[in-house]
Amino acid sequence: MTARDTILASIRRSLGVSGREAPRRKAVADRLREHPPGVVPARGKLAPKSRAELFPRLAAMPWQRERTLEVKQGASDGNDLAAVSHAFGAVAESGTLMLTSGKDNPTTLNFLPDTHIVVVDADDVAGDYETLWRKLRERFGAGAMPRTVNWITGPSRSADIEQTLILGAHGPRRLHVMVVGETE
Amino acid sequence: MTLAVTSPAFKANARAAIADPQLQGVLRQGLGFVDRRQAAIDRLPEFDALRDSARDIKDHTLAHLDLYLEAYEERVRAAGGHVHHAVTPEEARGVILDICRKAGAKTVTKGKTMIAEEIGLNDFLEANGVVPVETDLGEYIIQIRHEAPSHIIAPAIHLNKAQVEADFRRVHTHLPENRNLAEPATLLAEARTILRERFLAADVGITGANFLVAETGTSIIVTNEGNGDLTQTLPNVHIVLATIEKLVPTLEDVSQLLRVLARSATGQDMSVYTTFSTGPRRGDDPDGPAEYHVVILDNGRSTMLGGEFQDMLRCIRCGACMNHCPIFGAIGGHAYGWVYPGPMGAVLTPALIGVDLAGNLPNASTFCGRCEEVCPVRIPLPRMMRDWREREFERHLSPVTVRSGLALWAFFAKRPRLYGLMTAMAARALALLGSRSGRFRSLPLASAWTRDRDFPAPQGATFQSQWKRRKR
Ligand code: SF4
Repeated sequence: MTARDTILASIRRSLGVSGREAPRRKAVADRLREHPPGVVPARGKLAPKSRAELFPRLAAMPWQRERTLEVKQGASDGNDLAAVSHAFGAVAESGTLMLTSGKDNPTTLNFLPDTHIVVVDADDVAGDYETLWRKLRERFGAGAMPRTVNWITGPSRSADIEQTLILGAHGPRRLHVMVVGETE
Repeated sequence: MTLAVTSPAFKANARAAIADPQLQGVLRQGLGFVDRRQAAIDRLPEFDALRDSARDIKDHTLAHLDLYLEAYEERVRAAGGHVHHAVTPEEARGVILDICRKAGAKTVTKGKTMIAEEIGLNDFLEANGVVPVETDLGEYIIQIRHEAPSHIIAPAIHLNKAQVEADFRRVHTHLPENRNLAEPATLLAEARTILRERFLAADVGITGANFLVAETGTSIIVTNEGNGDLTQTLPNVHIVLATIEKLVPTLEDVSQLLRVLARSATGQDMSVYTTFSTGPRRGDDPDGPAEYHVVILDNGRSTMLGGEFQDMLRCIRCGACMNHCPIFGAIGGHAYGWVYPGPMGAVLTPALIGVDLAGNLPNASTFCGRCEEVCPVRIPLPRMMRDWREREFERHLSPVTVRSGLALWAFFAKRPRLYGLMTAMAARALALLGSRSGRFRSLPLASAWTRDRDFPAPQGATFQSQWKRRKR
């Protein structure tokens, strides 16, 4: 017997099931297909305008015009001071950004540079996580995900020494969120 | 080669912890987690409804665990990942070493994982020529001290900054001696620089998983530092080490659990980094690992299903139960003698290593009930500690003094009039004897109590006689 068979057999013995029961199989298939949302806190259910306001707005950034700035594309090797990424969306409920890995969005940018600047379209600011999961399924297909989805809620931190909170543990010391555009 | 178990010596461990001035100094500060958790919950009116939802999701998953496991594996493979299974810690270590060898790995970075502690992974890898590097700041500190974590989310909570400074000076000998390490901020900056090099040099990254999602074949880690995230992004190979009960059905379900996890653990609305990994890097991804492996370990958990301890498998390792436990607050985590401390450890440890070794732990409780009150998945921890005590008693593992004491008590308890008479007499006698200071420094037959604390002298009548009076 393989380790896999042993584990499945032990689970089934303990639960007193065979794994072939139609109602159990249906319950699992239904849940995976329908993904019921559960309890969604009211704090996320805000009007579009006030959702965008939950994020700090930055003035337009002139860095593209700065001649002394060295601008690179692609992954970070750990020597970059600042990085700019584009978020798939953001969640007002907890001030969380959601970034997906892909050709134009290297995951290393989210963690290696000292300062991380994330641009998000105002229209992509959702009230709750569930809204973004719906959008993600539309983009990538049911049951599929990019290699990495990062939820980011503030700059890196640690309180491991005497419970003293310090920013900039292994990831960015500073996180800036730019909400671009107007919502209705 | 799993971590040495000192749980049988729990009482001696606890006494030593109470006598350790450095540890007591740290413990006396209390845990900031408690107030911050309360504040976070006060901001979220739906918190209790979310706890019910979290409990129901875990119950549903456990009742269908075989099927969700199959669905999950299928999705991991569809995304280009590999799934391995391990019944025992030995098997899990073997599988991991195998992957490291095939990758030609010299160093592996590690995100924080309690399962790796459970299977004694670091010592094993080291003995086999692979150098493991812990990257969570707390884990890094205890690794260079050759210690076990004392708390499941704050592994170095038992240390003060002077101890950490001494360790950094002892280990980081290539750095100038006159550098300033007096503050947590300078200590963190030094660790950041040292570990940054390790991150970039590692061949394999090993993380745990807070959750596995059946719908998408995704593993999830939650960190504040960003260490686990670099661990699983920079090396060529990413290994996830997880146990069977980490499964949840869907992304919506895991969002319910994430809403209660950080609030219960640190009092944050959401941890800084929640990272969802699915398979290896895709064709045009500019970074990420080329290989993605998941090692799924059972280690006795499947036999907890369907029985009186199944509820323990709902645990999401938030640490709230130990943060609120008066025993943990008095003795810290190491006294529990294995990987998992506090109330969750008192229930889980006997299930994983046996009641013969861990029978002391379920007794480490005042039954105040705080742990169950704060548990985000409503695990009936006190009830299960009682169940373990019963088993311990049935198996004649409790000491003779406890057994004969209980027998004596039972004799009187079955004879209520006699019981009332005797307790009233005893209370009056003690009150008389202790009337001057109101407390006893030592008492015959109660030396185990009075060795470390005073016994308050009773005041007024017994509970039963007061109860009778008030009912009237
Ligand atoms: S038993 Fe409950 S409170 Fe304790 S760590 Fe597990 S989930 Fe958290």
